[in-house]
Amino acid sequence: MKNKTIRLSDLRKGESCVIESFTDEQMKQKLLEMGCLPGEVITVDRFAPLGCPMAISVSGSVLSIRTDEADSVIVRILSE
Amino acid sequence: MSVKKKHVKISLVGNPNSGKSTLFNILTGLNQKIANFPGVTVEKKTGRCKIYNSATGEPTNFEITDLPGTYSLYPKSPDERIPFQVLCDPGDENHPDLVILIADGTNLKRSLFLASQVIDLKIPAVLALNMMDLVKEQGLDITIKDLELRLGVRVIPINARKGEGLEELRQTLLLNLTVPDHDIFETKDLAPKVFKGIREQLNLRSDYAALQIAHHADSLEDFHIASKQKETILELTKLHLFEGIKIQSFETLERYKVIHEIIKDCTIQSQEIQKPSSTKRIDRILMHRFWGYVCFLGILFLMFQAIFSLASFPMNFIDQTFAGFSEQVHNLLPKGVLNDLIVNGVLAGIGGIIIFIPQIALLFTFIAILEDTGYMARVSFLMDKLMRKFGLNGRSVIPLISGVACAVPAILSTRTIGSWKERIITIMVTPLMSCSARLPVYTLLIALIIPQKMLFGIFNLQGLVMMSLYLIGFLAAIGSAAFMHWFVKAKEKAYFIMEIPVYRMPRWSNIVYAIVEKIRIFLFDAGKVIIAISIILWFLSSRGPGEKYNTLNAQIDSMAVTGVPSTNLNYHLQAQRLEASYAGKMGHILEPVIKPLGFDWKIGIALVTSFAAREVFVGTMSTIYSVGQQGESMTIRDKMQAEINPETGGPRYTPAVGWSLMLFYAFAMQCMSTMAVVRRETGGWKWPIIQFSYMAVLAYVSSLIAFQLLK
Repeated sequence: MKNKTIRLSDLRKGESCVIESFTDEQMKQKLLEMGCLPGEVITVDRFAPLGCPMAISVSGSVLSIRTDEADSVIVRILSE
Repeated sequence: MSVKKKHVKISLVGNPNSGKSTLFNILTGLNQKIANFPGVTVEKKTGRCKIYNSATGEPTNFEITDLPGTYSLYPKSPDERIPFQVLCDPGDENHPDLVILIADGTNLKRSLFLASQVIDLKIPAVLALNMMDLVKEQGLDITIKDLELRLGVRVIPINARKGEGLEELRQTLLLNLTVPDHDIFETKDLAPKVFKGIREQLNLRSDYAALQIAHHADSLEDFHIASKQKETILELTKLHLFEGIKIQSFETLERYKVIHEIIKDCTIQSQEIQKPSSTKRIDRILMHRFWGYVCFLGILFLMFQAIFSLASFPMNFIDQTFAGFSEQVHNLLPKGVLNDLIVNGVLAGIGGIIIFIPQIALLFTFIAILEDTGYMARVSFLMDKLMRKFGLNGRSVIPLISGVACAVPAILSTRTIGSWKERIITIMVTPLMSCSARLPVYTLLIALIIPQKMLFGIFNLQGLVMMSLYLIGFLAAIGSAAFMHWFVKAKEKAYFIMEIPVYRMPRWSNIVYAIVEKIRIFLFDAGKVIIAISIILWFLSSRGPGEKYNTLNAQIDSMAVTGVPSTNLNYHLQAQRLEASYAGKMGHILEPVIKPLGFDWKIGIALVTSFAAREVFVGTMSTIYSVGQQGESMTIRDKMQAEINPETGGPRYTPAVGWSLMLFYAFAMQCMSTMAVVRRETGGWKWPIIQFSYMAVLAYVSSLIAFQLLK
């Protein structure tokens, strides 16, 4: 298992990761309330055609998030 | 006199996409009222219902307020501030006696987050656990009794779409609901001195309510609290170093921990969770980077066709029925000013309002289906990046495209845009899209100045010009949006993060409610402004200063009485009468201003009267050029073609004048109905006035450039 932490926006389609921390306080509150808690697994479903926003699956629902918003989510990538 | 009945106030609280509106519609039926929450342009839906006790038959009256969907009591937008304010300010006029919490059973964790916050406020509450059909499909077994015990409130499993569990929910509302004596999230010890101090100042039901007040101590402007108390509260939080943000983070994580425990204890997952695979399958096409756009274009095309062509049948019917009705009223009532006012002022205004109903109904049928099925979230996803470049939002596409049929329903549809800034910009630029009312004007002018010939043997030149006018409108709209992006200040930090819900079949009653709601808003809020402007325009074009107008008027009347057929002489007199009217005078006054655009006073009159609606241009031109009834565009075209410009000795309607005029009609805000709707949707005259001004400047400058270059 790789232990590298990267930003959520750096993931590619189909990849999964675990939420580690957040870099933006306001965004953090919003994401926490929507169920994106540290330790939750996120899977990237797809990117919109121009590369933004991205659709992610997290705890049973699909969220749409802009890549600049996803920049503030630090994640640990899960190996296949 | 009726005695005012006492209603039990209920607030409906839940996440977006939890089935809140569906439940609201079922509970209240068509007994709904749509207004704005005081001070903000957030839609407030209230409805009344009467519930009979199943045992005693005794009725109780309820007033239900549908609060905007939110994920948390901590607000992130003006919409989300409403639930916080209504629930945390006991002095608020909408503060409930009772709360119905609606939770999506397939997403218990997130639903219970908001629900537990509201329960901790200690307002009597009942939890409606929705989407029980999907819960079963996913193999999830929820032990209701245990959940009730842990949350401290009654839990009623329902399926709002199928109407299951609703009678039990209704009967539960009649019970004397008590509040739990334990907190789901232990609040007390976080800042006991602050909570105690605040609760001494205000009559609050819980420490958690005090925590919410403390957190927002510096932004309690719209709370019904004496300003001295607000100061005391703010001082309290400062004195005890109350760290709102830190506590909020702590609360969120702790609350989720507790909820995690509750879910673990109250549910049994019999199979592996699997998202309904049909949604994933459909999305593989509808959200595809190529096919997604093809499908979206197809849907837009269908909508556009329907609004454009299908609506024309009921619109023609309304038009004819109304014309017949007006004529009957005209013949029935005694002749005179009153008759004229009623027929040409009031009835013309009402006719001008009703004519919009078919388009509004059709557009909202489509929009409601797109919203209800969950497709709208996908549109937003696909279009977001593209539209954001112009300061718009993924959801701006629908209003912009609908604007090609008519700006009125298009602007009513901007409610789906969450961010205030992006919504305002969409409203501001939508009227630049070439609407169907411009079509008769374009048709007449193109016939006048563009020769009927083929380009390269295949393109009809007139058709190309028509298409270019639509293109110019579209480019002006997105160009202006990009421009305004720099000037309009955002009221809040906009988040784009949103849920993409699973696909569901549309609920037909939801669609009916959506249509009825929009038509009501249009008829009763925008309608009165339209009638007022219609009466003013009637006055301007049918009254005039001095003797000349009265003499001409008397002459025409006497001819009508003696039954002289509509001869050329009569038309000629009518043209003279229009010139003598206030509108005619305004045309003359305007002439020096519009001369650089190549317009004379005759066009000036048409500009004034076109404010009712752009297509009035044709009718006014017909009157000015004495061709009698409107609509005979061939005759009016010939007349206009023959008009000589006394200054040049050549034709008045040169290509330069024609282009200048077409550009003016493409850009100027000549539509009282649109202005009335913008006023309704933005909550005041500020934005319609800004819109009118910028469009006037745009129209003037582009006409000026076109005329000066081409002449």
